[in-house]
Order: sequence, then structure tokens, then C-alpha cells
Amino acid sequence: MTFSPELEAKFEKLVKNYPEGRERAALIPMLLFAQDEVGSLTREVVEEIARRLSLSLLEVEEVVSYYSMLTTKPRGKHHIQICTNISCLLLGADRLFEQAKQKLGIEAGGVTPDGQFSLEEVECIGACSWGPALQVNYDYHHHVTPEKLDKLIEDLRKVQ
Amino acid sequence: MLYNEPSELEVKVLTRRFGLENSQSLDTYLATEGYEGFRKAMEMSPEEIIEEVKASNLRGRGGAGFPTGMKWGFVPRDSDKPKYIVVNADEGEPGTCKDRVLMENDPHQLLEGMAIAALAVGARRGYIYIRGEYRYLIEIMDRAIEEQYRKGYLGKNILGSGLDFDVSTHTGAGSYECGEESALLESLEGKRGQPRIRPPFPAVSGAFQCPTVLNNVETFCNVPAIFRMGARAYAELGTPRNGGTRLFCLSGHINKPGVYELPMGFNLLRMIEEVGGGVRGGKKLKAVIPGGSSCPVLKAEECDVAMDFDSVAKAGSMLGSGGVVVMDETTDIVKVALRLMAFYAHESCGWCVPCREGTLWLKKLLARVDAGEGKPSDIDLIGELAENMLGHTFCPLGDAAAMPTISYVKKFREEFEERLRKASEAAESDLVVL
Amino acid sequence: MADLVTLTIDGKTVKAPAGTLVINAAKSAGIDIPAFCYYDGLALQAACRMCLVEVEGVPKLMASCTLPVREGMVVHTESPKVVASRKAMLEFLLTNHPLDCPVCDKGGECELQDAVFRYGAGEGRFTEIKHHVEEKQFSPVVFYDAPRCILCYRCVRICDEGLGVKALGVIQRGAVSEIAPNSGDHLECDECGACIDICPVGALTSGIYRYHTRPWEMKHVGTICTHCGDGCKTTLGVRENEIIRGNNRDRSGINGEFLCIKGRYAFDFVSHGDRLRKPLVKRNGKLVEATWKEALETVAGRFRELKERGARIGVVGSNRTTNEENYVLQRFAREALGTPHIDHHRTADILSFLAAVGGRTELLGRTEDVYTAKALLIAGVDLAQQHPLLAFQARANWRHHGAKAFVVAPGPVREEQYAARVVRAKLGEEPAAAESLGEELKKCEDLLVLFGGSVRGEALRRLVAFGDGLGIPVKYICLADYANSRGAADMGLLPGFLPGYQPAPERGMGLAEMLEGGRLEALWVVGANPLRRRKLNSNAFVVVQDLFLTETAQLADVVLPAASAYEKTGTVTNTCGEVQRLSRALTVMGPKPDLEIFALLAAEMGVDLGPLDAKSVWAEIRGNVPGYQVAEPVLMTGGAAPTSPPKVDGVTEEDAALVEPSGDTLFTSGSVSRYSKILNVIREAPGGLFQEKRTKLT
Ligand SMILES: Cc1cc2nc3c(=O)[nH]c(=O)nc-3n(C[C@H](O)[C@H](O)[C@H](O)COP(=O)(O)O)c2cc1C
Ligand code: SF4
Ligand code: FES
Repeated sequence: MTFSPELEAKFEKLVKNYPEGRERAALIPMLLFAQDEVGSLTREVVEEIARRLSLSLLEVEEVVSYYSMLTTKPRGKHHIQICTNISCLLLGADRLFEQAKQKLGIEAGGVTPDGQFSLEEVECIGACSWGPALQVNYDYHHHVTPEKLDKLIEDLRKVQ
Repeated sequence: MLYNEPSELEVKVLTRRFGLENSQSLDTYLATEGYEGFRKAMEMSPEEIIEEVKASNLRGRGGAGFPTGMKWGFVPRDSDKPKYIVVNADEGEPGTCKDRVLMENDPHQLLEGMAIAALAVGARRGYIYIRGEYRYLIEIMDRAIEEQYRKGYLGKNILGSGLDFDVSTHTGAGSYECGEESALLESLEGKRGQPRIRPPFPAVSGAFQCPTVLNNVETFCNVPAIFRMGARAYAELGTPRNGGTRLFCLSGHINKPGVYELPMGFNLLRMIEEVGGGVRGGKKLKAVIPGGSSCPVLKAEECDVAMDFDSVAKAGSMLGSGGVVVMDETTDIVKVALRLMAFYAHESCGWCVPCREGTLWLKKLLARVDAGEGKPSDIDLIGELAENMLGHTFCPLGDAAAMPTISYVKKFREEFEERLRKASEAAESDLVVL
Repeated sequence: MADLVTLTIDGKTVKAPAGTLVINAAKSAGIDIPAFCYYDGLALQAACRMCLVEVEGVPKLMASCTLPVREGMVVHTESPKVVASRKAMLEFLLTNHPLDCPVCDKGGECELQDAVFRYGAGEGRFTEIKHHVEEKQFSPVVFYDAPRCILCYRCVRICDEGLGVKALGVIQRGAVSEIAPNSGDHLECDECGACIDICPVGALTSGIYRYHTRPWEMKHVGTICTHCGDGCKTTLGVRENEIIRGNNRDRSGINGEFLCIKGRYAFDFVSHGDRLRKPLVKRNGKLVEATWKEALETVAGRFRELKERGARIGVVGSNRTTNEENYVLQRFAREALGTPHIDHHRTADILSFLAAVGGRTELLGRTEDVYTAKALLIAGVDLAQQHPLLAFQARANWRHHGAKAFVVAPGPVREEQYAARVVRAKLGEEPAAAESLGEELKKCEDLLVLFGGSVRGEALRRLVAFGDGLGIPVKYICLADYANSRGAADMGLLPGFLPGYQPAPERGMGLAEMLEGGRLEALWVVGANPLRRRKLNSNAFVVVQDLFLTETAQLADVVLPAASAYEKTGTVTNTCGEVQRLSRALTVMGPKPDLEIFALLAAEMGVDLGPLDAKSVWAEIRGNVPGYQVAEPVLMTGGAAPTSPPKVDGVTEEDAALVEPSGDTLFTSGSVSRYSKILNVIREAPGGLFQEKRTKLT
């Protein structure tokens, strides 16, 4: 399979970053970038990346299943990741998470039937001093309040 | 780009360009004494550079506080293998968000610090390992790197120093353990984030089994200042054996949470009151985690402490990564202990037995206690299991899970007991109603 | 001798070479430090934390499996602190471990069970719900039960480091980590079962053995595998006259604990339903069952008559039957039948090889040399497929000693993963390719050349001459297929040679000539299937001794059911010329060992060949066959005794032309493999030579 020209160019640059014979080092970036483009690490993607880096499927699967950002299952278009770790927890992140579950009608790890949203409870995302915090895909949202969360979801619903 | 108002008490060495217009651009950087440190270092021998870093009393900002100059000194001079500079920008320690602002506001400072390290050990390649969630920072750093290449600050013979130095970013993909230096190196090589047997330490066998200098973002960001100001002036900003300033991330129940640059040894209570504006809502202080979730908690009465590595250690905790988490009187300590153990269980790489099994068991136990379903003996069991993990695990993550847990149970035992008592009372009253 | 370091362990003064790990230094002093993840010869892990010890002056307990000895170090391996930590580790391990010991295959041989017994961490304080995962079947022979797994990674390492296959890995992280196979939900590998053996608990179990029995209900019989020429020792677990499992956990024998799929599982042909149980005699053009008496009388009668007529009788022996049987067969042929037409299926040019070596026995490589030689030249052989033990040894040599390997092969082989140099050469053209490596080889301290059956005649002489000219010590191993190819040649199942390669007074016909142009009047085939590949161009009276009704047996006039190697005693000689002793594991009702058949036939014919029991014949071989004056005690204690064949003269080009490598892979074993259920249900079979898919180390 091939990826978009931009991603192909990125990959090409990427493998050159590492010493000769150590191209395997590009594995995790490649997986993550490919996932961003394709939506998830489908069997096809995994096989393709394994082939490109001369790895066995198992070697790639070992890595994919280790890292929490890597997923073999499709996520929603808006992947909402709410930090409930210590600093955010102290500011009510657990309640925000409950609110999001209710509002979206899905459990942690779930995807809405229309494929628009998925929800995940995540560990500290480095926003502790501006918590409670969440990320939608890679975008940060700080000082989240129940009202802001409702509005955020409403606004995202409108993005088609 | 700034997420909090600066404080007047700050001593701005690393954060001096924060808030400047175009602070991400190389021009801004150069206009504000950027690369002065490098130019000075360029004139020095590798030995002199390392001596200078030693004299600065700079200690690692990633958590353990290991003297940076000493670490650089361990890189073998005579090895004919390539040498690497690796930046730990994995920033995963709960309560910590300082490397993020350093990279976002002043990416070139980090690159200059790396270049000086490269001069010191003769490295020609550097990697910045950035946690996957910080995608926008990867883009910022990539742009900064690209700008530096364009203007001759990276690549061949930079600034006529004779140093060839290439740098690229490398993304993580969601794993706290990958912040541990040896697991980070495995991850950099495209593997599972499992720690390595040490010795050999990275200085001798690090990235791609070659000698490697591996430091935290903030550590590298200090280096240009050391050379610009001179090691002595830098050291004197802090306390003996704890040179310079440090970024503290104030979070939790505090009026003005934020990342602040303060001299080493700044008093914790004063930090809360005067920098952070005191505990929220006028509530009473209950406890503080002084350096990220892995550090034992300090009770309010233990918080009159100078925030440098040695003083906090004397107080029974650790300065760690600078994550100061403030908890007021309403804080549910059982919940805190449970949430943190859930974190460690989630992040345990699973390599070694005590951490893999211990964190899961403790999480289940704490969940039971939190739900009021525990037995009084469970409280002792929590402490005992944590003690059984402590010092027995393969890498420090196990200790990082055990130490705070021990402190919560020891220092707030009555709260755990209370939880169980309340639950049993409730059960009894239920019976009466029935 | 490396520098010795002196340290104190549990009050004992211990000396150990610098670099020794504390766990091993302790072991040498008789102090056993428990460990799950540490495994001799495999990469260090320090993951199970069972081996933690106290070192004076160090605040934390140290993992003795990664800690090198230091001068003056004082170590305590059973201090209260250490014992408490071990108990704690066991308690952690048992949290998610199902306590199903009563039904677990490993019960009684389980390292976890033993450790719990030793440290008494039996009472559980873990009252939470255990993490449960269903058992998975990775292959017909490998099952995985994740909850029992303690993640010691031994299986992952033996497969990757030991075999170079990398079929097992770890997926997920933390407490839900588990072992996973390389091909989605199943394994694609050598199916050697080493992972099962090495598993300290019952997480990996054998599809053959699981839930069959308990270890203490079996009789354990150490014997030699009957399949390839490497001659691994295999310990058969036998219960009620049935072989239940094969392994070599006591690490005795030349193979340590190594066994390939054939050694570990492919004993199942012995109880195959098609096994011949009764003699068959041709009546009205059809083979029908007969009594032994009838069958033997028929054969003896015809043999006597043919011999009296001076008829042409051809005798084809076996490369699987014992030395004793081979020796007696050629005597029977030469003395009782008076025929010089004796041969066997030659899979390597042993004759040209011994001629080229010319009596310099110091040039003969042994199994252990494959592990110790500084350099290896592997030519014309797919070692991992054809000689699994030697492949394992070669790889271990590279891993442990950094041996340099040079490969000459017509297609990809697994040894290329670590080879210093690889040269592609067609079969038979190995010498020229080897010569191109001359300069590099000369720089090695010593060299061991392993070559396959494609190197024969002139090519073989050229290869040995090349080696001899390198100016460094060079040894050779001539690789033959099947368990006793070497013994068949050594015992004189050859038209031109008597036992010990003494020239025969009259050169008879070789196998091809006998069958195709020989106008034979009788053909006696013992444990071979020559008519699978060749045609018999005569109306000969055919007698076949075999386990199954092979292509050859189907054309026979009389078929005598024979016992397999696992049903008899005697000796066999492996491809390195090392003699080992078979033990009888079971008795199958009906068939008889070939030696016994010879004795009965001799008696029936009224010829006297002396006492024909294995022991007496062995004594005769030791007395009469040059090169077989081997050390008896070595054999008695289950060891491998090297033979020292004499100088061989009079080898002809015809001898080289008769060599026909079997082409067997890791998953085939001549005609026998058809009757091994296990070799036929695995998806990898039959596989092919020089087709290795994974040739890169990652
Ligand atoms: C479980 C674990 C996680 C860690 N995470 C980080 C991290 O995210 N960032 C970091 O700089 N150091 C982290 N460290 C510390 C590193 O191992 C290492 O000590 C540090 O990067 C060295 O840099 P320094 O000397 O500049 O502090 C972690 C350590 C452990 C044990
Ligand atoms: S302590 Fe053990 S299981 Fe935990 S993260 Fe470290 S090596 Fe992995
Ligand atoms: S605790 Fe939520 S971002 Fe750090």
C-alpha cells in the first residue's frame, strides 16, 4: 500500500535520521504518523510498515500493543482524551469524564455509532498547571469546566 | 503561548525569552544573547567544558538530580564509536509540565544546550525524544531545527567550531516508562519501552549501543546560561551543590497555578503563598507532592522546606521533576493514592515481577478500600506490599509507585481507617433499616 | 585461565574467574540461588527478581543473575532480608497464577511449585479477582495458557537466540502482557518444542503430552533419536508400553537439552495403525498374513536353494538399523549367502571423505567442535533443516564465542543471519566457492568444515585439499542423513568394503546396478525403501524387513515386520562418527528386532554365525572392526564415543556416483515420516531446503 505523498516524503526523511542498519528506529514514528493518516493501524498498515523496515509482523505487533497511543481499532473523528491524573483530578477531572460519557453516550474506549466521537481516560498529558485538561486528537484544551466541555462537544458536532 | 501570568518573584534565566514576540524564531533568540554560550564553549577544550558544567552545580532536572557535569564526564573519550546526544522530552511524570513550555517558548535554547553537550563529548548526532501527545511541540522543534540548518547552526562545521552536528526529533507513542532513560533508548531504537540492564549506563552504551549523553529538556536548557553567565554566577543562583534556578509546576488546589522559574532552594510554603497566591478558596493546606507523583507526599506541617534536591530529600521526599501538587483540606487521600496506583499499574511495562504484579494488586486493594469494601488489615497489606516492591524492582518505576503509596498510608492512615469505618457503619445502618 | 576473583558467599570462600555472575559462582560452591528468568546460555533479563541477594556494603538487594563477582565481595543468599524478598516475589507471582497445580502438566516438575515449597509462600493474601484469559493453541504441538505464564521470557529467548526463529514475542504491557506467536494466532516455526521444555511453569504445554499423565507415572528411557544423522539423545517418557513424550531435560548427551520436532515428537510412528504386526507372504500374487514360522521357513528355504545354485542375491541394508544389525547382515550376506552384492542407501560420500582424510583422525570433527571451533565453513547444506542439532551448536558457538561462520549454499539458509560471509554456489560446486574465501579463512585460528552430500568424489577431495592447504588446523564433518548412515558404511554394508573399510575380496554390485541391471534372483532389503526411487528390473524373490508396507515391501514375496530403534538395544554411529547406545523404551507386539530376525533365519537355514544378541555382536565389533575400539565406559554412561576410522583405499568413482542425499527437511524423515501423525499435521511440513525466509537478524 502507499500513503499520501506528504507522508511518503516524511517517511523517506525519517529513516535517514538513524544510523545505517538501524532503520528499525523509525518504527514508532512511522506507526503513529500512519495511524494519524489512516485512522488506525489496520493489518494492512502493520504489514506494510513491517515490510518496509524488514521486520516480522510479530515484531511490529509487540510494539503496537505496548504503546497506548497506538491502536488497531478505529477511533472517532474527534478523539477526546480526558486527563484524570492527579492535578486534574484535584480539580474535578473525574466528574468531567463522567459528564463526557453521559453526553456522548459511550463508555471509556468507546466510539459513538456515527463514528464522530471516541472517548478515553488518559494519564497526565503535561497540562497540570492548566488543568483540568483534555486533548481532542492532538489539540489541547485547558481549564476545562463542565460548561466548556458541553460547548466543546456541541461545537465539534458541528464540524462535519 | 503563555498559560499563566509570570510572578515577580521569578528569577528568569531559562524563561527570559518567554513572552517575547516571536520567541520561537532564531532571530529573536540570537538577538537575546542566543549562542553566546556556545561561542564561549567553542573556545574551550572538551575537558574544560565538562569542568565548567561540573562547577555550575547543575543537577539533572528529569527527576533524579544527578550532577550533569559528572554524567558527561563518564562518556569515554577514547571510544571510536559514534556518540549521541539524547534529550528526554517525554515529560510523563504526573504533575509536571515544564519541558513543554521550554520547548514551546524557546526551542533554540534547547538546541544550543545540545550543541554544547556535543562539543563536550564529541557527538555528531542528537535526538529529541518527545512524547507523542506533544505533537505540536514536535512541529515547533522541527521548524526550529529546520531554521537552524538553514542558517548554519546545525549541520556541518557549525559557527566555524569544527563541530558537525545533526539533530532530529523522535516521537514517543504513549508510555510513561519511556521517560526512564534506558527504556527511552529502547523506544528510540523502535522497540518496546522496556528498561535495560545497567551497567552499562547510557554514557558508555546508550543510543544504538554507543556512548550517549542523555538529559532532560530543562537540564539542556540550563547549559547555554552556564556558559553565558559563567559557572560561578550560575551556581550562586542556587544553594550549595544545587546550582541555578528551576522550573516549578504549581498545580492542584492553588490560586495561581502555573510554571514558575525560581532559584533552587526557594521555600515551599512561600512558593505556595507568594508565587501561587495561596490555597484556593482560602482552604487549609493539607499536603503537597513536591516533585511529581513519584515523590512521597509532604504533610502541611512538613512543607517548610527549601526546594533543592538535598533539602527535600532530608524532609523525606524528593525534588523530582519539579511538579508541585498542592492539596487542600478537602482532598480525598484514598482517592489520590488509588488514582496514582492506577497510573503506575497502567504504565508498568510488565518486565519485572514485583512492579507488574504489585501495582495491579495494590490498585485492586486500594479500589476496594476506596469503595469501602476493605478490611482493616488491608491497610497494613497496602503498606506491606508497597514495601515488598520497594528496592526490588528492575527499574525505578516500581519504587516510584511504592514510595508515595507508603507515604500516603503512613501519613494519612486515619483517613484510610475512616473510610472503612464509615462504610461499615453505613452497612450497619442499612441493616437496621432492613 | 582467566584471573580468579575471591569472594565470600554464605561464609564460604569461593574463587571464580573474573566476569562470572554471582549466581553461577554460588552454584559452583553448591549454593543454589532460585531464579526463573535466568537461564544458562541465554541473554540476561533480571526480570523475575527471585535471585536477589544481599551484598555487604550495598543498601539494596542485588540481582545475582546480572552481578559479576568482585574481589572481596561478601554475599548472603539466604539472609532474612533475602528470604523475605523471595517470599514476596513468589507472593506477587502467585497473584494472577491459577492454582490449578492438580491438573497442570507441569505438576511435579514445576519450578514455581518447587520454589513455593522451598520458601513456603503457600498461603495467599490475594483475594482479588484474578485476571483470566482463555488458553490458546499456537500449533498442534504448542499450547499457551497465559494466566499460568510468569513472563520469564525464556521461551522468547530460546526461540530467538537459540534457534534464530523468533517465533515468540511479548505483546501488551504490564500485568496483561502475554506471549504471542509470530503468525497472528498461530506459530510458524521449527515446532521444536524447546519453548515448552524451557518453560518453568505449565504455561506452554505440549499438544502431544498435555493432560496425558504425571511425570512420576512414567518410566524415563534415555535413548537415541532415530531420525537424522546428528544423533541426539532423547529421554522418552513411557507409560504402559506407550511413549508419551520425548525430551532431554537432564541435558545429558551430545545435544544438551536440544531436540528438534522429530526428536521430541516424531516417535509416534511406532504406534501407527499401519504398522506391520505379522509377517506377510505372497500367495497367488497377493501378500497375506502368515505366521513367523511360515514366513521364516519360506525365506530360509528359498535362500538355501538360491545359495546352492550360486544365484545372484542382492542385499540392501539400512541407515537406521543398529551397528550390530548391520554387522551381522553383511556377515550373513557374505558368509551364509556367499554374495558380494551388498549396499545401502548412501546419503554422503563417506568413502571419499575417509580416503581424503587418509587416517588422520585428528581431522575428524566431533559434535562438540561445532560449538568450540573458532571458525565454521558450512558448505552445501541447509544446516537448520538437515542437521538441527549442529545448526543449534553452530549458532550457540557464534552467540557465546563469536565464532565466524562462512556459508556456501545454493540458496538462503538460516546460518546467514550471523554468517561473516555468504557465497552462493550450486550444489556440487562448493569447492570453488570455498576457495574464494581462502584469504579470509587463512586468518582464522582454526576451522571446522561441515559439508553435505553434494560434496562428493572429486569435489570432496578438492575441498579437503583446500582445507589442508590453509595452514591452520582444519577439521571436517561429512554430513550424512539418517541415524546410522555412518554405521552402515563403517559396518561394511558396501560392495567393496568389509567392516572397518577393509577391502572386500571381491567387489560386488552397488545399489543401482543391483536393482536396475543386475538380473538379481533374490533381493533382501532390510530397513530401506530403495524401490521408492528406483525400479527393480528383474523377477527376483524379494524379502523385506520393515516397519511399514513401503513401496519396496509391497513388491516383496515375504515381508517380515521389524522393530524400530525405540524397541531395541544396540549402538548407532552419528554423522560425526560418534557411537551411542540405544535403550529399549517399549515393546510392540508382533514385530521383531532385525537382529533377532537374522538369528532366526540363520537357525532356520542351519548356518552358524555365532551368538547373535546385541551384546555379543558388539563385543565382536569392538574386537574386529578397525576404529571401533571405543571407550566402553563412555557408552555405558550414555555418552558418545568417537570412532577412529582407518585409512581407506580403493574408493572408486562409482562409490561417489552412488551417493544420493535424501533431501529430507526438518519435517520429513524418509519413508518413516509418512507414518508420524505429528509431522503431517503441522502446517510447516514438509518444507524445503535452501528456502529460509528469514535471513536477517533484527
Ligand atoms: C519511570 C520513570 C519515568 C521517567 N520519566 C522521565 C521523563 O518523562 N522525563 C525526564 O526527563 N526524565 C524522566 N525520568 C528520569 C530519567 O530516567 C533520567 O534520569 C533523566 O532523563 C536524566 O536526565 P537528567 O539527568 O537531566 O535529569 C524518568 C525516570 C523513571 C524511572
Ligand atoms: S519496575 Fe519492572 S515492570 Fe515496572 S516498569 Fe520497571 S522494569 Fe517494568
Ligand atoms: S495531571 Fe492532568 S495534565 Fe498532568
